[in-house]
Amino acid sequence: MLNINGRAHAVTAEATTPLLYVLRDELGLNGAKYGCGLGQCGACTILLDNRPVLSCITPIAVTQGREITTLEGLGNPDNPGPVQKAFIAEQAAQCGFCIPGMIMRAEGLLRRNPSPSEKEIRSHMSANLCRCGTHMRILAAVRRAAKSARSARSGPPLTQDARR
Amino acid sequence: MRLKRALLGLLGVVLLGVAGFFYFTRHPALPAIQPASAASFDRAQVAKGAELALIGNCNSCHTSQDGPAYAGGRPLETPFGTIYATNITPDPDTGIGAWSEAAFRRALREGVRRDGAHLYPAFPYDHFTKVSDDDARGLYAFFMTREPIRAETPANTLPFPWSERPLIAGWKLVFFRPGELKPDPTLSAELNRGAYLVEGLAHCGACHTPRNRLGAERNERYLGGGDIEGWHAPALNANSPAPVAWTRDQLFTYLRNGFVAPHGVAAGPMQAVANNLGLVAEQDVKAIATYIGAMLAPATANRQKNTESLGSAAQVQAPPQTESASASTDGAILYAGACALCHEPTGQHFSAHGIPLRASKVIAMPDARNLAHVVLDGIDPPNASPAAMMPGFAAAFTDGQLTQLLAYLRRTFSDQPPWSQLEDKVREARQSTRGP
Repeated sequence: MLNINGRAHAVTAEATTPLLYVLRDELGLNGAKYGCGLGQCGACTILLDNRPVLSCITPIAVTQGREITTLEGLGNPDNPGPVQKAFIAEQAAQCGFCIPGMIMRAEGLLRRNPSPSEKEIRSHMSANLCRCGTHMRILAAVRRAAKSARSARSGPPLTQDARR
Repeated sequence: MRLKRALLGLLGVVLLGVAGFFYFTRHPALPAIQPASAASFDRAQVAKGAELALIGNCNSCHTSQDGPAYAGGRPLETPFGTIYATNITPDPDTGIGAWSEAAFRRALREGVRRDGAHLYPAFPYDHFTKVSDDDARGLYAFFMTREPIRAETPANTLPFPWSERPLIAGWKLVFFRPGELKPDPTLSAELNRGAYLVEGLAHCGACHTPRNRLGAERNERYLGGGDIEGWHAPALNANSPAPVAWTRDQLFTYLRNGFVAPHGVAAGPMQAVANNLGLVAEQDVKAIATYIGAMLAPATANRQKNTESLGSAAQVQAPPQTESASASTDGAILYAGACALCHEPTGQHFSAHGIPLRASKVIAMPDARNLAHVVLDGIDPPNASPAAMMPGFAAAFTDGQLTQLLAYLRRTFSDQPPWSQLEDKVREARQSTRGP
């Protein structure tokens, strides 16, 4: 049983199966992307208990009883979440393949640290790769998301509980 | 009556001895100099000093995190309290700009500050005392031509009595043997060069030799394995825990590139050493590798056996599939789902450089902390081996899961007994983790 975006899902995959495969192949949650499959590029980033995790090398066995958040949990095309909005506003995507992972990693940072310094943003985001080279726009999007969260400070996902 | 007089006499002798000891171990302050202009130093000396400073790993301690090079301020956690590495840029007020070459040489080789105070042996003058006059001159020329940075070194936080520098005189009397290392005419020039570097400037023993309760290296267990910054520095002598025998060429590549198959990557505090040794003259790294290779002694029978079995493909092809399939062991599930992809020949290890874990240094070590650090934080690749990276699992694994995984790896990929207090070691490593 996996707890994803606040909903329980029964899955049939073996305990050793990487979470990414279950999300995409069994549950149709295609937000997380398969990039390298080796935990080196970050396209598969999701949140596990509010911390960014590489789902392609995380067996579902470790997620038992823990809270999984995927891109789909942040919002949808009609109602994007604050970090998604910031990425759209900064036009951070070129080919777009890395962007779901980038958004999830940024989300993980802002849940724990709503006012990150430039250095903290860069060091935190360095785990995710972008081959198009839109890094400057991605960084701008993370700064924008932090700023809008600071001015709004209300509503999901930046609740007091989630920020622990 | 006679006894009382004898005791009084004895007391007097002791008092005289103590007074005399402190008198004779006092060092004069050396006069401050006007910093010489950078242009006045011989460029060849500066270039030589630059390489020597890399071999000495000076930047590792004397540079704070993200701070300017050599401006000090980095905290060194010792069992006695925190000592801050000093500013060794030529700033006259907060660095060593007012130090003459004689003052610099005295600090290096005798552990005495320009003002005459004793330096704590966290500064490894027990090794640097072996540095030649000529090399000391090169180092001085290098440091005096760095950009002067004004950076006050924070005050050490050492409780009494460790806060009292005169007591270091007593420590030196017991533990410190000053003097250059004289070459051994019965050994090759390369071995002598290696001994000079390893025992002197490179101060390998500062981490790799265990220390006694007063923080002095235990010479009877030279290079027998020590502790540094929450990591175990493995033994480099016959007690080496390496599961696979090292060749001299492998040692050379490891020291220079920070990675060599099948031993793996230089992680933790060792990575800075490899990054530095990647930039110095090749023959010096060869000399160090030759000397350490000689210290490692002939491989034990067991290590030789592992070396041979890793060489033959049949043995390597035996992943512990049966255990993971039965799903009876949680550690096996974690291994199969998180590690096997890069560390098994059936996975994608060719692109990820995952070593066969039978060859892993950290799984065979007497202490679980290194493996815990590697799994939690992953491995940032060394400068010269950009492909040798590993992602960290700090956010993925709970302490309980990590403990199970480590126990499984130990039991499956080493011939060593289970680690004791594994939960505590995992918790200890977790506390110093960088987080996701």
